[in-house]
Amino acid sequence: MDAVTAPATGQGLLRFITCGSVDDGKSTLLGRLLYDAGMVPEDQLAALARDSRKLHADAGDTLDFALLTDGLDAEREQGITIDVAYRYFHTARRSFIVADCPGHEQYTRNMATGASNAELAVVLVDARKGLLPQTRRHSYICSLLGIRQAVLAVNKMDLVGCDERVYREIAEAYQALAQALGIAKVDCLPVIAPGGDNVGARSTRLSWYQGPTLLELLEAADTTPARAADFRMPVQWVNRPDQSFRGYAGTICGGRVARGEEVVVQPGVQRARIERIVTADGDLDSAGEGQAVTLCLDRELDASRGDVIADALRPAPVADQFACHVVWLGDNALLPNRTYWLKIGTRTVNARVMAIKHKVDVNTQAKLAARHLSLNEVGYCTVGLDEAIAFESYATNRTLGGFILIDRQTNATVACGMLDFALGRSANVHWQHVDVDKAVRGTSMGQRPLCLWFTGLSGAGKSTIANLVEKRLHALGHHTYLLDGDNVRHGINKDLGFTPEDRVENIRRIGEVAHLMVDAGLIVLVSAISPYRSERRSVRELFDADEFVEVFVDTPLAECEQRDPKGLYRKARAGEIRNFTGIDAPYEAPEAPEVHLHTAGQRAERLAEQLTEQLLERIVAPTGDGDHVS
Amino acid sequence: MNARLAPRTDHLDELEAESIHIFREVAACFRKPVMLYSIGKDSSVLLHLLRKAFHPAKSPIPLLHVDTTWKFREMIAFRDQVAAQGDVELLVHINEDGLRQGISPLTHGATVHTDVMKTQGLKQALDKYQFDAAIGGARRDEEKSRAKERVFSFRNAQHRWDPKHQRPEFWHTFNTQIRKGESVRVFPISNWTEMDVWQYIRRENIPVVPLYFAKPRPVVARDGALIMVDDERFTLREGEKVETRMVRFRTLGCYPLTGAVESSAATLDEIIREMADSRSSERQGRVIDHDPGASMERKKQEGYF
Ligand SMILES: Nc1nc2c(ncn2[C@@H]2O[C@H](COP(=O)(O)OP(=O)(O)O)[C@@H](O)[C@H]2O)c(=O)[nH]1
Repeated sequence: MDAVTAPATGQGLLRFITCGSVDDGKSTLLGRLLYDAGMVPEDQLAALARDSRKLHADAGDTLDFALLTDGLDAEREQGITIDVAYRYFHTARRSFIVADCPGHEQYTRNMATGASNAELAVVLVDARKGLLPQTRRHSYICSLLGIRQAVLAVNKMDLVGCDERVYREIAEAYQALAQALGIAKVDCLPVIAPGGDNVGARSTRLSWYQGPTLLELLEAADTTPARAADFRMPVQWVNRPDQSFRGYAGTICGGRVARGEEVVVQPGVQRARIERIVTADGDLDSAGEGQAVTLCLDRELDASRGDVIADALRPAPVADQFACHVVWLGDNALLPNRTYWLKIGTRTVNARVMAIKHKVDVNTQAKLAARHLSLNEVGYCTVGLDEAIAFESYATNRTLGGFILIDRQTNATVACGMLDFALGRSANVHWQHVDVDKAVRGTSMGQRPLCLWFTGLSGAGKSTIANLVEKRLHALGHHTYLLDGDNVRHGINKDLGFTPEDRVENIRRIGEVAHLMVDAGLIVLVSAISPYRSERRSVRELFDADEFVEVFVDTPLAECEQRDPKGLYRKARAGEIRNFTGIDAPYEAPEAPEVHLHTAGQRAERLAEQLTEQLLERIVAPTGDGDHVS
Repeated sequence: MNARLAPRTDHLDELEAESIHIFREVAACFRKPVMLYSIGKDSSVLLHLLRKAFHPAKSPIPLLHVDTTWKFREMIAFRDQVAAQGDVELLVHINEDGLRQGISPLTHGATVHTDVMKTQGLKQALDKYQFDAAIGGARRDEEKSRAKERVFSFRNAQHRWDPKHQRPEFWHTFNTQIRKGESVRVFPISNWTEMDVWQYIRRENIPVVPLYFAKPRPVVARDGALIMVDDERFTLREGEKVETRMVRFRTLGCYPLTGAVESSAATLDEIIREMADSRSSERQGRVIDHDPGASMERKKQEGYF
């Protein structure tokens, strides 16, 4: 495909973000910007005058422009903006969407949200304070989210006697900072927000500044990308009203495409030519980034939502392991090796953070060692997916390089991430095909392999029951193995403790070992507290549908404490052991286990017998199936 | 500086594409989506975008109108015309309990009427049809507390909105995961302004209810608003009299709760020009919004759209 450079679209919509610390005057500046652009209707202006007088009885008729951009009740009371708010205004030359982001310490998450769709950042500093740690942090987050252009507004110039030297020093320091953070273009200007000096009109008090006003800078900001991108479109929805029409609907996220050009449907390798570019306003000859279209191909392919249609000559790289930055947004910490959903473009896949290489101090950008990431922390991580995807580095393409992580239990959006590059490993390690498979091995042992997973509190009786079941199965001639959580900790999991991140890894490894053993044809019994739903679910997903039986050994905590066979509850209550499940660490009970054993008032032998009965049917090898006879 | 000039319009292409993207995301990710159709100009734009998003297929998403039984007659006639086109399915729901109790904006007041006939009515319909995504025409520029609303706004099984626990949104990569019983409200024209809406209506020739255009209409001045006498249920209070004035509406709702503005703008161009030097905001005409403080937020937490 010829690199068709997108025609300059002129000054379309500009999406920008405002950042500043508390009390730098950000709300006032924004309010003033709206006012100077003529966006405040008379009834609102009257309300503003009324509210201003109420709040500042001593300030006469001075308008408090900050009131124009405050919103939620709680924020009003606290006097701070606590979320991202979007504002809209336009001038004769351009329309603007402003993400108004909080200056408050702990809200990295909101800034990242606002920055994700912004092309430019207006960074505000108080002339009396100069650059603050927050200035650096905000600029870093903007840069991390791909913003390459900033306007530095040095505010409250009136409080430093409109001194040009003060302004120059701050401006120079910021230029250096922005450069170091990779923000290529920076414009600086001095302002006095309440008076509107250099906001919408030039200032007489700051006459030494000859440059454009803030409004002029924003109107003129050029956001066209430096380099023509390759054509990419994630398939969003397959449009198939009847047999005669099949189109792939989506928004082009990079480059241009024209009728007749050859494309490839990724992550696969099927190729086709573009037959039609359909829109409700008629077919197009070509279409470019940002357009929502429907593509018809010249042959039938099986493409579906989540695939990427790309330039056949310059396809996107495909991989399943990446290095990336992650901004953690969840209330619970990021646990390496836990499975999350990862949504990138229109594709959703299972993903694990395999390792946190380091976390980044957002104030200094220093690299720190980390075992987990907490709310508002940024980490550099390796991520592994359970299937390969077509992607781009975030610097090249925000849509195919930016992803969110979703907690599979709560459905919360717990992270946003920016892909950097694929790890070579993933492309080079292939599955080796073997001829003697699980079914063959199982049949020769006269059984269907199975994983029986016992979960429950410490002392619930998991080991006891598992042990009895194993004895019975063994007596019946079955090939079994009991993987005990305690025992495993002496060997393969010797390096793991009881922190949340270690518990996740503990279960992951036990799951993998159990999976290998099932693959070897065995009936595997696992006895492990396995306190998290999320990890039990991940383990379950390793197995085929009828291969995994979750057994919930349900014993009330009080009963477990009473039994306390190993004296652990007593120690935990005494504070001698920490992170003890049920005491100071959570146990998430299964919602729909295959087997739910209420142990209270029951003898373990009886429960084991019943369970064995239930199992026998499932583990007897199929007979008369030619394929499976070795 | 205060001359609010009409902006250039090429940004409308960007807004349109963004909205279409959102519609398609809803169709692809939800089991049973619906679009709330309130007959006003924003709904007209939504419907137009809905058709565009799925062209040449028919919209896989039906429309739902929660009828409070107090809409302007011209609105209902317009709605029925839309339904008669046959390319989009239209469902109408009325809160029958409210109807039986005789809830009326004239006797029960704006707040009770809106809560029962609109908010409760909407919840009933969502529960009845088990919709898991409801698309609405709210815009962030309409009202301060809406400025923070997400594009995909999560609601728990009781339809409640929690401003403290909204999912952050990045790029156009929306988290559409919900559990059974939960739902989302989706706002494809979040980023549009009132001006964008009118300019788009003009550019695309989108039909709107004639009430938006100035015409001599019978009105009564009541509580600082001009209320149109749309049918015989409207009873005059002491000293009130019906006058014919040249008026139009900036927003449309239940007629006893919707104030007209005096205007001579009888064409789209005139409306846009009038707005360009307009001195008041859009929702001013809504009687229900005149509660003190950031009241919209409270209504939203309770499930008002
Ligand atoms: N520090 C700490 N140790 C634990 C915790 N849970 C289990 N352990 C240890 O891990 C072992 C696992 O016990 P468990 O499998 O629950 O016992 P069972 O239910 O009787 O099989 C215990 O004997 C303890 O040594 C915990 O939450 N914190």
